[in-house]
Amino acid sequence: MKDLRFHLKQFYNKITSYFDKAINWLGSGSKTTVIFLAPYVLLFSVFILVPTLLAMLLSLTYFNGIQRPEFIGLDNYIYLLTQDDAFMRDILPNTILFSVIVGPGGYILSFLLAWMLSQIPKLPRTIMALIIYSPSMTAGIAMSVMWKVIFAGDESGYLNGLLLRMNIISEPIQWVQSPDYLMLIIIIVSIWSSMGVGFLAILAGLLNVNRELYEAAYIDGMKNRFQEIVYITVPSIKKQMLFGAVMSIVGTFSAGAIGVQLSGANPTPQNSAQLILNHIEDYGILRSELGMASALSVILMLIIMLFSKVFSKVLSSKDE
Amino acid sequence: MEYINFNPKKFHKSQIKFYIILIPVCIFMGLPILYIFATAFKPMDELFQFPPRFFVSNPTWDNFRDLFRATSSGQSIVVFLLNSIIVTLAVVFFSVVFGAMAAYILSKKQFKGKNLLFQINQTALMFVATAVTIPRFLVISNIGIVNTLWAHILPLIAIPVGLFLIKQFVDNVPNELIEAAKVDGANDFYIFTKIIIPLIKPALSTVAILSFQQVWGNVETSSLFVNVESKQTFAFYMNTLLGQSNTVAGAGIGAAASLMMFLPNLIIFIILQSQVMDTMAHSGIK
Repeated sequence: MKDLRFHLKQFYNKITSYFDKAINWLGSGSKTTVIFLAPYVLLFSVFILVPTLLAMLLSLTYFNGIQRPEFIGLDNYIYLLTQDDAFMRDILPNTILFSVIVGPGGYILSFLLAWMLSQIPKLPRTIMALIIYSPSMTAGIAMSVMWKVIFAGDESGYLNGLLLRMNIISEPIQWVQSPDYLMLIIIIVSIWSSMGVGFLAILAGLLNVNRELYEAAYIDGMKNRFQEIVYITVPSIKKQMLFGAVMSIVGTFSAGAIGVQLSGANPTPQNSAQLILNHIEDYGILRSELGMASALSVILMLIIMLFSKVFSKVLSSKDE
Repeated sequence: MEYINFNPKKFHKSQIKFYIILIPVCIFMGLPILYIFATAFKPMDELFQFPPRFFVSNPTWDNFRDLFRATSSGQSIVVFLLNSIIVTLAVVFFSVVFGAMAAYILSKKQFKGKNLLFQINQTALMFVATAVTIPRFLVISNIGIVNTLWAHILPLIAIPVGLFLIKQFVDNVPNELIEAAKVDGANDFYIFTKIIIPLIKPALSTVAILSFQQVWGNVETSSLFVNVESKQTFAFYMNTLLGQSNTVAGAGIGAAASLMMFLPNLIIFIILQSQVMDTMAHSGIK
């Protein structure tokens, strides 16, 4: 660990010296520029930029946290893609399925809800917007206690109790321990808590569309609400839509912990709800294979960027 | 033109179809929250009641009392609570102030690398902190803040979305206003505190809320970077309690804990709600 510390420290000194240079270079004009920017830029670099770059570097090494990282090129990636059965068979498909449903699905839902809210008067709108937004405030963990009771595997669980009483099932179902249901449950829970900042941005955008645009379009022969949404509404709030999209992607990929929370096990039963985030934790914290965990982090970041690119492509093609 | 009916002033029967969809959605979204409220005040016999009933008939404070009595290895819950309050106040304050300072420069000053900096921040909107937990840990241990309150505070201050939202707002402050102040002899510090800050208050409250939500419920820091109990937070303590109490009996305490985590969020959001909506209208990505 001492050796590692020494190397990281050297690496660090290098970074900070570059950083100083950068500040000098930036600040050739004004002193305030540097003073005002420095705190944010410093904290951003140390806790966001450097960890990201470090993840990229470590992903090319074998590193167990004790010995010095050993450079092994792309071996971690090759291993993940060819040898790690769980990753290719369960985790990658799970992550993609989960993200496609919760990401775009939740996003479209948040647009539709925001649009409907924009069609009703202010008081009910504000109350309903608050209710819809509230689950996202306590994202994930604080709420998992409640989901545990709802989905509890014996008859004291609310869902089991309800279904038993309605005679839909004859004996309680082990919801969160069952590979058949766990994925569906984490998708529902994630969508439930996904109406966050992005949803508010879209709603605010909708309420600020210029009324004259609608009037002009109807005079020009626009016929129905659907045309109104496609030709006027969405193009007018494109910026908020894009912001909402980025927020929804990030939210989706950060939501991975919930499957492990609910089932109480990592890996989740038969990897049924295992997402990349859980796999990172599995490698990084449970197995101390930090190089491998970093390679997974890099893959995750690439997937997130890919999703964002696709989203912005789809949105920017709309106004041509 | 009567068919243009977005943002209507009052109820009209054409809106009924929206209510038919929205009300069930709100019930689905709101029920779990309602459940927490109901369960937190349930006495023991109602928790064990079979078949389970949703609403509480004899509300009691027992769960909260048990929650405050339960301590791990003798440390009072007050310490956790105090840590949380210190950490939360520090993070919210500094993320707003540093974010506003950087946003002012990014919006109103010309300097080399300005575009690059904005682009990097823009890309970082997609940053998922949990994905880089391990390198973050290496960084935190190397700057020697493991097991201190700093480990809670420093990593959460820079919020790319926060800088982004504030900058969009500062962009709307007319340059003439700043020029006029300069002619009158005002320096940057004066312009920032006396002109910019009052005009961007909605954005600042929004960032305060976002930052509050991140830090108040944060469990990762305590579980990964802080192993000393005296420096751990309320959210983490709640979470360990919840982890231990899988059963129905624990559900009451669990709900009480969840409620205590949730309520501050709700109250702050309700107070600042209109300012948040104001900011979001400017939140577009170009």
